Amino acid sequence: MLSFILRRLLVAIPTILILIVISFVLMFAAPGGPFNSERPLPPAVMANIEARYGLDQPYVVQMFNYVKNIVLHFDFGPSFRLRDYTVSDLIAQGFPVTLTYGFWAFVVAVTFGVALGVVAAIRHNTWLDYLATGSAIGASVLPNFVLAPILVIVFTLWLGWLPGGGWRGGQWQYVVLPVVALSTSYLAAIARIMRSSMLEVLNSGFIRTARAKGLPMRRIVWKHALKPALLPVLSYLGPAFVAMITGSVVIDVYFSTGGIGQYFVNSALNRDYSVIMGVTILVGALTILFNLVVDILYAWIDPKIRL
Amino acid sequence: MAALLEIEDLHVTFATGDGTVNAVNGVSFALEEGETLAIVGESGSGKSQTAYAAMGLLAANGRARGRVRYGGRDLLGLPQRELNRIRAKEIAMIFQDPMTSLNPYMRVSEQMAEVLTLHKGMSRREAVAESVRMLDLVRIPDAKARVHDYPHQFSGGMRQRIMIAMALLCRPKLLIADEPTTALDVTVQAQIMKLLGDIRAELGTAVILITHDLGVVAGFCDRTLVMYGGQIMEEGPTTLLFERPTHPYTLGLLSAVPRIDREDEMLLTIAGDPPDMSRLPPGCPFFPRCAYAVPGNETRRPPLVTLPDGRRRACNLSVEEILARREAMP
Amino acid sequence: MALTTDPLDPLPAAADLPQGRSLWADARRRFFRNRAATVSLVVLGLIAIFAFGGELVAQYERDTIDFTLIGINATKGVPSFATGHYFGTDQEGRDLFARTVQGTRLSLLIGIVGSLVAVVVGTLYGAIAGYVGGRVDSIMMRIVDILLSIPFMFVLILLLVMFGRSLLMLFIGIGLVSWLSMARIARGQTLSIKNKEFVEAAIATGVRPLTIILRHIVPNLAGVVVVYATLLIPEMIIYESFISFLGLGVQEPNTSLGSLISRGAAQIGNGVPWQLGFPLFFFVAMLFAFYFVGDGLRDALDPKDR
Repeated sequence: MLSFILRRLLVAIPTILILIVISFVLMFAAPGGPFNSERPLPPAVMANIEARYGLDQPYVVQMFNYVKNIVLHFDFGPSFRLRDYTVSDLIAQGFPVTLTYGFWAFVVAVTFGVALGVVAAIRHNTWLDYLATGSAIGASVLPNFVLAPILVIVFTLWLGWLPGGGWRGGQWQYVVLPVVALSTSYLAAIARIMRSSMLEVLNSGFIRTARAKGLPMRRIVWKHALKPALLPVLSYLGPAFVAMITGSVVIDVYFSTGGIGQYFVNSALNRDYSVIMGVTILVGALTILFNLVVDILYAWIDPKIRL
Repeated sequence: MAALLEIEDLHVTFATGDGTVNAVNGVSFALEEGETLAIVGESGSGKSQTAYAAMGLLAANGRARGRVRYGGRDLLGLPQRELNRIRAKEIAMIFQDPMTSLNPYMRVSEQMAEVLTLHKGMSRREAVAESVRMLDLVRIPDAKARVHDYPHQFSGGMRQRIMIAMALLCRPKLLIADEPTTALDVTVQAQIMKLLGDIRAELGTAVILITHDLGVVAGFCDRTLVMYGGQIMEEGPTTLLFERPTHPYTLGLLSAVPRIDREDEMLLTIAGDPPDMSRLPPGCPFFPRCAYAVPGNETRRPPLVTLPDGRRRACNLSVEEILARREAMP
Repeated sequence: MALTTDPLDPLPAAADLPQGRSLWADARRRFFRNRAATVSLVVLGLIAIFAFGGELVAQYERDTIDFTLIGINATKGVPSFATGHYFGTDQEGRDLFARTVQGTRLSLLIGIVGSLVAVVVGTLYGAIAGYVGGRVDSIMMRIVDILLSIPFMFVLILLLVMFGRSLLMLFIGIGLVSWLSMARIARGQTLSIKNKEFVEAAIATGVRPLTIILRHIVPNLAGVVVVYATLLIPEMIIYESFISFLGLGVQEPNTSLGSLISRGAAQIGNGVPWQLGFPLFFFVAMLFAFYFVGDGLRDALDPKDR
């Protein structure tokens, strides 16, 4: 098991490095790149950057310094547009917010998605199944940027139950709509995957054996079918994680929650390269680490991988 | 003595997108305690579905009608809970493909022990110990250590042994074996059949052996039941059926068995396809492929008649007619 | 092994086979039996007519600003046949009908182009990886895995910011990533095709590998590829709309459904629900239709999936 994890880490670390190199190369390849931009940087910022990277050095050395600072000090350098701020400062401000509602959205999507899928599979071809599948299809064509305004219309403008934006240190009223808007389509996707994989497992030979053994349905589902049926869901979690992190950008913009997504979009509109790169690299690294966790979970469920 | 299992006028239908499939059409037979019965037929003849229906294991779109009497009760009408008390405890089943019929995500010990903790109320520890004893009985080497392995760590033959051990844990009165050797190598097939024979002798379990392989049946079963198109074609003591087959379909089956003692002969097959179970012919289902078919009999459905020698037979032609025409054939 | 083959299962005699229906005819029959898919196909046709022919009906240019309407949109810019603003006007007093027509067209184009790139690049890449196999295969697929594990939306935005926000860049960016999952699917399918007899026969007769891939493998991937290409279209539309929603996509005077939705959503408190409603309707209808058509195609072409 340990060697399995180590082997996966051996792949993950170079992947993160490749990501850093790609973004760095892109930054320098960009026409009108950061350092000879048509809109020159404020002198104070320029001085900061000069001091940090040594712009007279060759690119390779600059890149080495950039990577070294990230790895050793979690330092992505100064912002190109906001004086007195480093990228790490901005991340430190926005990340806890993103993490809070992102975590809840993920938990909601996985637990309710799996539960809905299992119920739909067990009650195959009943109204419950049709309801679950139908709403799952509906939800999967409502991406978060469509769902968010609809939620605000219903729950803020019509019903007046929940605030339509803001964060207020993460009071629950402010967390609900972002979590619902972010999780719904992934909840639906997970429910659909879970339903079809559960149906497939329930039709498999070893479930027939379990039934022939006289096991009650509840034990068959929990003990025999759940683990194998979860495998496809598990392999979807990696992409779902990426999609949800991406979706958090919409949430931050639409609900003004102040997560890293907001900084990301603002920087993109302002061409604040160092922030864009910093966030991209952070998100990429998180994704790769998450995939590592998924791989380990996969190996834990499937005994054939352990060998 | 009352029969152990009595199936009366069993019908199995499946509702599919392309209409109703009539898999089993009025099958009746009885099984005494300790008896071995072979159910033989091509794939799609309804032989497996007969057994699944009796065990309540039909697919979700399947429906069974008729009566399956066991211990004074009709299994078809039993609620799930009651049926679960009979499954594995009284009637156990093993399946064709040992690769897929064991749960690949659970240790063998777990899969076996749960049968005993459920039906016999044993503690986990006792249950595992009993499972090891049973694995010893089916001659799994080093069972005590290997019981905690996962199924994929065993070979196909070993997995089928595990299935057999698992089925026998509660000492059931009846073991239904659905093509237990089909997915295995020839040498392993022989070992498994020998094992089943030994166990039957030792535990006195009645066995229903479902197979398309007549070679397996000959040495093993007291009686043989031949099915086609979801109906019984011929049924009787195995020796009688093999030595003096009288039904055109049984004749066809027997001539399709490869025999070492007649090397010069070509291996015969029965011409034509198995019937479309959603559009069965109105008369004898075998009529379109029957070498003895007489024009005019297309829509006549032959009744299942008991003959003086103890066999049952469903054919529009009499035994004498068949035998006479057989003589005349090249 | 003679005993393990089923002696009772003779090969069907050729004459007994049902009258030959081609695979595609069979698939077409199955597809049109699926009511949701058939209706969705009609809906898609109508949307396409709207997107490409709507301008003939529109009474205004999409970028004509009616300054008299600015500020009093909620009362004067309502959808009406009398004014010729069928879908009302937007915040700048521009005709929403013309803008929705153009936005729908752009979204459709993005979806189709992204999907086409995926089909061409992804199918070839996957077919080559799967056919060649071995080390090449594992390296090629490892590259796909790595690319898939990068949150590409961020990279796409990075690209758009650095190389300028243009339609071309958007097409390139979306095309760059759309082929990844297609490559995986094509490879998986190739692996199962490559051991079929007709491929072995081609190899045995000395056909060149590239010819085998193009002539024997790729045509047999068609079913699966068509299904996933159809399902990819709505995905691409969502991607583009996502970027446009953030204001990073197409720039004025061009628009897409994503930016129309974004602008409409920003106005929901101001009594102009049509500004969100019409673009949203076309967006959701289009996604639903593609979804059901894709689903119908899957059932029709890939029956083993059921």
